[in-house]
Order: sequence, then structure tokens, then C-alpha cells
Amino acid sequence: MTHASATQHHTSMGLDNRKMAFWAFIGSECLLFGSLISTYLVYKGRSVVGPYPNQILNIPFTSVSTFDLLMSSLMMVLALAAVQRGDMKWGKIWLFSTALLGLVFLGGQVIEFSEFVNKGLTISTNLFGCTFFVLTGTHGAHVTVGVLWLLTLWVRALQGKLGPANAMTVEITGLYWHFVDVVWIVIFTVVYLIQ
Amino acid sequence: MRIFVAVGRLRLWLPTAALVMSGCGGPFPQSTLLPRSDFARATDVLFTDIFWWAAGVFLVVETLLVVTLIRFRHREGRAAPKPTHGHTLLEIAWTLAPAAILVFVAVPTVRTIFATSGEAPADALKVDVIGHQWWWELRYPDLALVTANELHVPLGRAVQLSITSADVIHAFWAPPLGGKRDAIPGHVNQIAFRADRVGDYGGQCAEFCGASHANMRLRVVVDSDSGFGRWATEQLEGPAAPAPGTIAERGKAVYARSACIGCHTIQGVSPGVIGPNLTHVGSRTTIASGLFPNDSAHLASWIADAPALKPGALMMRMKPPLSDADIAAIVAYLESLK
Amino acid sequence: MSDARGLASWLTTTDHKRIGLLYFWTALAFFLIGGIEALFIRAQLAQPNGRLVSAETYNQLFTMHGTTMIFLALMPLGASFFNYMVPLQIGARDVAFPRLNAFSYWVFLFGGLFLNASWFVGPLFHAGILNVAPNGGWFGYANLTERQYSPGPNIDFWVLGLQILGISSLAAGFNFIVTILNMRAPGMKMMRLPVFTWMTLVTQFLIITAFPVITVGLAFLIFDRFFGTHFYVREAGATPILWQHLFWLFGHPEVYILILPAMGVVSDVLPTFSRKPLFGYPVVVYSGVLIGLMSWGVWSHHMFAVGLGPIADSVFAATTMLIAVPTGVKIFNWIATLWGGDIRGTTALHFAVGFIAMFIIGGLSGVTHASPPTDLQQTDSYYVVAHIHYVFFGGTIFGLFAGIYYWWPKMTGRLLDETLGKTHFWLQFIGMNLAFFPMHLIGLLGMPRRVYTYAPELGVGSLNLVSTLGAFLIALSILIFLVNLWRTRTRGRPAPNDPWGGATLEWSIPSPPPVYNFSVIPTITSRLPRWTTERHGPMRDPPATPPEPIHVPGGSWWPLIAAFGLPVLALAPLTHTLWVAFAGAALLLLGVYRWAFEPFEV
Repeated sequence: MTHASATQHHTSMGLDNRKMAFWAFIGSECLLFGSLISTYLVYKGRSVVGPYPNQILNIPFTSVSTFDLLMSSLMMVLALAAVQRGDMKWGKIWLFSTALLGLVFLGGQVIEFSEFVNKGLTISTNLFGCTFFVLTGTHGAHVTVGVLWLLTLWVRALQGKLGPANAMTVEITGLYWHFVDVVWIVIFTVVYLIQ
Repeated sequence: MRIFVAVGRLRLWLPTAALVMSGCGGPFPQSTLLPRSDFARATDVLFTDIFWWAAGVFLVVETLLVVTLIRFRHREGRAAPKPTHGHTLLEIAWTLAPAAILVFVAVPTVRTIFATSGEAPADALKVDVIGHQWWWELRYPDLALVTANELHVPLGRAVQLSITSADVIHAFWAPPLGGKRDAIPGHVNQIAFRADRVGDYGGQCAEFCGASHANMRLRVVVDSDSGFGRWATEQLEGPAAPAPGTIAERGKAVYARSACIGCHTIQGVSPGVIGPNLTHVGSRTTIASGLFPNDSAHLASWIADAPALKPGALMMRMKPPLSDADIAAIVAYLESLK
Repeated sequence: MSDARGLASWLTTTDHKRIGLLYFWTALAFFLIGGIEALFIRAQLAQPNGRLVSAETYNQLFTMHGTTMIFLALMPLGASFFNYMVPLQIGARDVAFPRLNAFSYWVFLFGGLFLNASWFVGPLFHAGILNVAPNGGWFGYANLTERQYSPGPNIDFWVLGLQILGISSLAAGFNFIVTILNMRAPGMKMMRLPVFTWMTLVTQFLIITAFPVITVGLAFLIFDRFFGTHFYVREAGATPILWQHLFWLFGHPEVYILILPAMGVVSDVLPTFSRKPLFGYPVVVYSGVLIGLMSWGVWSHHMFAVGLGPIADSVFAATTMLIAVPTGVKIFNWIATLWGGDIRGTTALHFAVGFIAMFIIGGLSGVTHASPPTDLQQTDSYYVVAHIHYVFFGGTIFGLFAGIYYWWPKMTGRLLDETLGKTHFWLQFIGMNLAFFPMHLIGLLGMPRRVYTYAPELGVGSLNLVSTLGAFLIALSILIFLVNLWRTRTRGRPAPNDPWGGATLEWSIPSPPPVYNFSVIPTITSRLPRWTTERHGPMRDPPATPPEPIHVPGGSWWPLIAAFGLPVLALAPLTHTLWVAFAGAALLLLGVYRWAFEPFEV
């Protein structure tokens, strides 16, 4: 992840190997989330028992979470810019802020999930429960991986092992983070806004 | 297209000849090549059509391949081949040729799809076919008649089957009468046909459905209109009451106090709905979903230990086991239920 | 290849050539296991009312035969050539991510062992051995595979095993896409790539797009079986048809994942042995790409019997028939390649031509069930079993054997015996036609597939007996192939750099290649760099010794350790133990972290 040498290699397309692999990975992930979201849509309104989405979804609360995640993307942009120009002081700050906002989003998801369970919606209650928890849970797992990744970079930066030479690593982390963010916008629209 | 149909008749003796040579006789009760309804014939005509196109392509391409191999095989002293990289016109030609042939396949295909989509006239005989692991429940809603595993239909009258399942996915397939349709829990699929020859045909579940998928068979009896009417009338009567003092009467008593009643219906005796309806089980020619002839020996061993004859069968051995005398009595009773 | 000896050097290897060999031997072993399962199946069906195995055993045998052949034999045999040949064909020293490559292999191995362990671990689940192997078919249709109808651990092994194998394929997919796009030698433009490499690229794109879909389908099934969700449960308002859509959305691209690499091999073998360039190279390449794209629009032809309605049936019939066009184009181009050539009948050429001859039959029978009305009489009958075996055995396996006889000298430095090779070919050719041709008739006469027994009244007993004889003839031919492999180890003729007069880069370097592949990275100026063409003379082969020292990456334990975390993780739901899950996750995380931070020069 953090060895600079790999970035120096000549490549046929002029694009860093890891970055290209990551774009392919994101393409693959699109199919994964595409299948999950399609299933959610196909099964929408087919639950035979409640609670139903309109009885349980808390749009204001989740809007705040969404805003939080959007802000974390902004932090990510700032982090990458800082690392690229060699400003590791701000690089560390922005990296940590990105991870922190990711953690806040996860916290929001924990609160939301436990509230749903209290109101009688579990993963096995009805089709809405199945599709909702598996879709948003998969997204949450992606955010968790992202947070771990960001914290790893942050620790490396604290140790002084992350510098402008590793800008590509930070850029790829950013690609992942923005992708996870975009997926959330789609989920938020499909699950929460269009009921 | 008529020429293909005519040639198609010729084709029938090809497999038949192959079969005779390989020592099989007939009568192939489950063959798709011996259509016995309008639905099956429409499919067969289409298949014949496609078959001849395919055979033609096969012959041309394989001949070309073999000729090329022989003609251009390595020989000492042959000059080095000319390095041709391609030929645009030729390549366009052999892109268009298959496309053109496919049009000749696609047009009759679409026509046949719509002609065989399961629509039937309003006066069609309606039958609900419900797949169970591993037997077929058959209901004639207009006749208020329920039976199992042996589908009776009248000759020449439109029949519409509504196919569904009570548990996993099965597929209803009686090849001489037409193509298969899946029996899916929560969905109803329809096929419609008009049988055009009296006879006794085979069928079988075609979608893998668990341990005894291979044992989920059925019979289709195409009967004359009057024969079908007679059968239906008999099926609608109540079960025959065994004569007093016979072993069958004792069998009825044993049946009524055994676990049998939990799963089987005999009109006026037991209301179970898990297994096949037995009200007229004596009139059927096979038991266990077309697996065994309906005779006392097979009935007795079936009642004693069904899973031994049909792996996974839900009809368990009874605990405590029935005595041989009790089994013989039940067999006599069931056989009396004509 | 690397000179290092000892077990550790293989466990830690990141050399694409060694990984290619590991893929080869592992896939060969699974191919033999799948073949033995097939022989049991055929022995059972040799006559009506067969009693060799029980219904329960039979259902496990056909499930594991399909699953093994597709995921553990054909795909990884293809992967063996991707690994060994693609870097050589594009003039690279290794793949883009050597350790990810090792990870793919180890995940494949552990996934295969996990699936096959199910044969023997019955006693751990209070059942006999040979009792808890997967038994729901390679297609695993819900709702039969739900806990309600399949309560044992059988299906658990299947869903978890496939999930593991999917990770292996996906990781390899990203790796080879980057390798082919980014690691080409100077001058190796895309339209100069050997067709095998091109088809590998298309295959990898299909893998990274198709596998996520089956991953989701399997995840739903896992949640249904372990956590009480209802993704395929009718009573909850869901439909088991969802599984079929997800499965076949993956499943049809998967068919092309299996056939495209074989088409690539054939496109490389034919020019070499007819001493003519491939006829219409761009058309062959573009039709391969087109087949890949179109394979996404035909999945519902596996579902005509589901009853999707006449309009959907018509649309999918049309798209399915259309895919025959680029396929036909390829076949004509191959024949045109042979036409006017100087055809040398090596074993590799026999298999490549066998591929064309058999694949035509598979393709034509495919057209008969692209038409929904005729498909309704054929689907789920033995007719379809005949069709898929003409495609996968007559097609993929013949193509892969062409590759084995063609590239074996490059991979091992020794030539396989041609006499034994041709005996192998003819026995296999006759055996496969005896085994699979009668199945067309068996199906048309009304025998469904996936049945452990059939009634004598069907009249298909003799045909089945012929089919069984054919299957054993195939087994004999494979035995001869194994003898050939064995003899070649010691008695095979040593192979020069280029035993066949090939045009592509892999023939410019020693057999087997040194660990660094190319002493000097070549510069490519034509599509057939080693042949004389109108505009170019042949390239100069790289010198025998490198003019300057070449850095070779070392090995790593971490891919192996990270990969081992996956089967451990999969054991957790099987054994219902939480700490096993933590152990698996910890291994995976440890492996990935150490891997990410170990000094490793690519």
C-alpha cells in the first residue's frame, strides 16, 4: 500500500497499476450494489406484515447522516490535496477528520438500526427488513473498511511513514471513499426519499 | 414451410431407425417426437424446421472443415503458404449468411410462441395441477373433482392446465401433449392443448426438486368424450362402502384409527390434505406418483415402508408399525375404493 | 522459472509461472475427481432402475460433478494458462500484482478443498460420510435450497464454498485486466495482442462483472439459511424466481467465461500449425468482445419454462439467436485460416480442429433451444445435457487440451509424446461422441435430467448403455493422457525455445523460461513478431543471458495466510461458533496488513 516504487513503473496506458485495478474494482462493486438495490426495488411494497418503510424511516435523522458523509468526502479531498503538496500537518488533520466523520456515520447507523429493532423491525420481520438491513448493512460494512483504511493511513502519517511519495495511496483511498459516498446518495434516494 | 413439414415426417424414421438398430422397441410413451396434441404438434413442426436448417449448416461447415484439412495437409516440398490476413467481402458474407438463416428460424419461433402461450377458449376443461414433493395433485374446479398423479382428459376438447406448486419448484411435463412449464410456488403458469389421439401417455417432473425428483412421474389418459364423462361421474361419487364382514370393512376401521387420516382425504372418512386424495384410489392404475402398478403387493409394501420404495417420501413408517394383518386389511379397503 | 527448491519456495511463490503450474496440477486433480463422479453417474444410468448408488448419493454426485467441473476444473485450467502464458505473450516479467496472484491461487485451492471436504466430514454433523456433500444441483435453485427443504449442511458447503471461489476469480480478474492493459512490452498495441490474451481480457471483464451478481444471490441464500431472512420465501411475499434471475445473470456470462479462453487457444494454435496468420484477426477479436457483451442480454433463455410471458420469451429468443452470428463468424475465420495453409497434424492441431468440429454441434443444438417453444420440450431433459457437453467438453476441454499439448513444452521444457497424444485424441473424440450424442435422443424421448433412475418403459435403456460406454472410453483416453504426462517427466524430448515455429513472444525465450522471462524486454513491431510478413522480418530473440542483472521479486507468506482466513471464516456459520469467525477475520486482516506493509519490489 505504501511503497513508492510501484508508482514509478512504466505502464502501457500511462495509468498507475493500482489505480487501474481500483477502477476495475469499483466497476465490479457497481454490479454488487446494483444487484442489491435492484432487489430492494423489486421487493418494494411486497412485505406481507409491517412495519412498513413509511412507519419507521426517520428522514430528518438520516439526512443529517447523509450530510455528514458528504462532508467526509470534502475532508478526503482536502486530505489528498494536503498530502500531494507535502503538507503533512494538515494531511494528518484531514485524514483523521475523514475517518471521524465516517465513524459518526456508522454511529448514526447503529442508532438507526437499534431504533428499528426496538420498533419491531428486524432482519427477519418482513421483506422490507431483509432488503433494508442487507443493503444498508453492506454499505455500512464498506464504510467500516474505509474507516479502518483511513485510520491506518493516519497512523502511518503520525509515524512519519506517509508523505507526498505515497500520494497515490491516498488518492486510491479517496477513490474508494468517494465511491462509497456516491453509493450512499443512491441508497438514500431510493430507500428514504422515494417511498 | 410445407416442404419442411413433409421432410419432417421423413425425419421421424431417422431416430426410430437408430433406435431399432440399437435394440429398443417402443412405444416411447414419453417421446417428444410423437406429438399427440395441437400444442405438441406446433412445437414439433417448429423443431423439425430448425432441425433441418441446423442439419444443413452442420453438413456444409463440417464438410468444408474436412475438405480443408485433407486438401491442405502438410506435404514435403510444398511452398510456404501465402500469408493472407483476411478478406473483407468474404467476412461480410459469412456474417450475413447465419443472420439470414436465423431470420428463417426466428419468424416461425415468434409465431409459435404466441400460438402456444397457454390461452384457451372459455369452454376449455380447466385443470389445476399442483406439484408436491413428490407427487401431483390434480383438481378439476368445474367438476369439483380432486385426484392425483393420473390426469384424465377428453379427446379433441380444449384443456387448460393451471400449474403451480405447494412447496418447491417442479415442472409439469407430459411430452406427447406439449412442452413443460415450471410449477412455482406463488405463481400460476398455464398451458393449453387439445389432445388428438386416444391413449395412455407418460409424463414426469422436469425440474430438480429434491431426493425423489426421479420418482415424481405421472400418467396422462386421453379418453373419448364418453369415456372421460364416465370416469368423471365415477370419481364424483362417494367412496364405495365396503360390504359388512369383509376384510375391506376391517381395513376401513384400521385406516380410520391410524395416522393415515392425518394426511389423506377419503370423502366422508378422513379430511387430510397433505398426501394424495384416496377417495377413488382403487381406480388408478399406479401408485406412488406413477412409480408402481396399483396391486396388493406394491400397496402393502408401500404402506409398510414408503421411504424404502421412494427416497425421502414424507409418508413415514408408522410407529408402532402396523401388523401385516392390518396392512392387508387396509390394502383390501383401498382396492375396494374404485 | 525460479530455481529455488523446497516446499517453502512453492508456498511463498509469486512467480506467475509457478502459480500457473500450481493452478494446472490442482485443476487437473479436481478434473479427475469430477470425472470419477461422472463415471459413477454413468454407471448408475447404464440401465433402467440402476441400483449402484442411492438417490441421495446420486444427487450429491451430479451436484458436485457440475460444480467441480465448472468452478474447480475448467475455470482454473484456463487460469493456469492465463497465469503462465499471458505475461509471456505480452512481453512482461510478471503480472501486475504478483502477490494478489498467489492469493487468488490459494483462495481457489482452499475453496476447492472446502467444497470437497463435505464428502468426508459427515460424522461431524451426525451423518455418515458421503452424506453431507452439496445436493441441490450446480444451479442451486431456491427455494429447494432453503433451510426448510434442505435442512442439512449440504447446501451450506455449497453456498460458502462458491462464495470463497468467487473471491479468487474476482482477485484474478482485476489482476489480469491491469496486466494485459498496462504491462505490455513497447510496441505491443492492443491490436497486436495474441488472440488468447485478448480472449483472456474479455473473460476477465466478464468475471469482474458477473461474479458480483452471484455473490449477492449467494449472500441472500446465506442470510436466508442462517439468519432467518426471506429473500426467496414465497410466504413472506418474495419469489424464488429472484434467485434464477441473479443466478443466470451470472450464469450465462459464466458460460462464455468457460468458452472464450478455449476459443483464444484455438485462435493461436491454428495459425502456428497451418503456417498462416489468423484469418481476419480484427473480426475474430471484435466478435469475441461482442460475444462477451451479448452474453449479458440472454440470461432468460435459461428460464423459458418459468413462464415470463410471450413478449419476454420473444425478446430473449432473438438476443440468443443473435449471439450465434459472432460465433459463426469465428468458426468461418478459423476454417479460412486453415484454408491454403500447410497443415501439420500435431496433437495440438487435432484438438483445436476437434474443438471446431464439436463446438459446431453444440452451437447448432443451442439454436434449437434458443427457440422457446422447442426449448419447452428440451430444457431440463437429456437433450440439454448433450448440448452443454458438446459445448464444455467438445468445446472447452478440447480447446484446453490443444493448449496443453501446445504449451506443455514451454511450461516444462519437454515435449509430450505425439503418438500417445494422438491416441488420446482419437479415444477422447470417439468416447465423447458415444457418450454425448445419444443424449440428444434420450432427451427427445422424454428422459429428464438430474434423475437417479428411469423407467424401462421409456425405451432409452440401450441408448444410455452406449452413453455409459462412451464415458468409460473418455476415462481411458484421460488415463493415456496421464501416462503421457508421467512419461514426459523423464523421457520426454527436451524442448527448444520454439518447437513449433510459433509467431508469438512466448516462443522467443527458453523452455521453461528463466525466472525473469525476458533477458531484455522486446520491442514489438508487428502482430506476428517472430514471423516474416510483408513489411517485417522476424524479431531478434532476446539474448540467452541478461546483459544487466534483473531484479526478481521475492516470495511472501502473507497471501497464503490471508487466503487461509477465508475457509476459517466460512467454518463459523457451519459450526455455529462465533470465535471461529473472529479467528478467520483476524487471519485475513493480519495477512492483508502484513502484505500491505511488507517491503516488496515489483
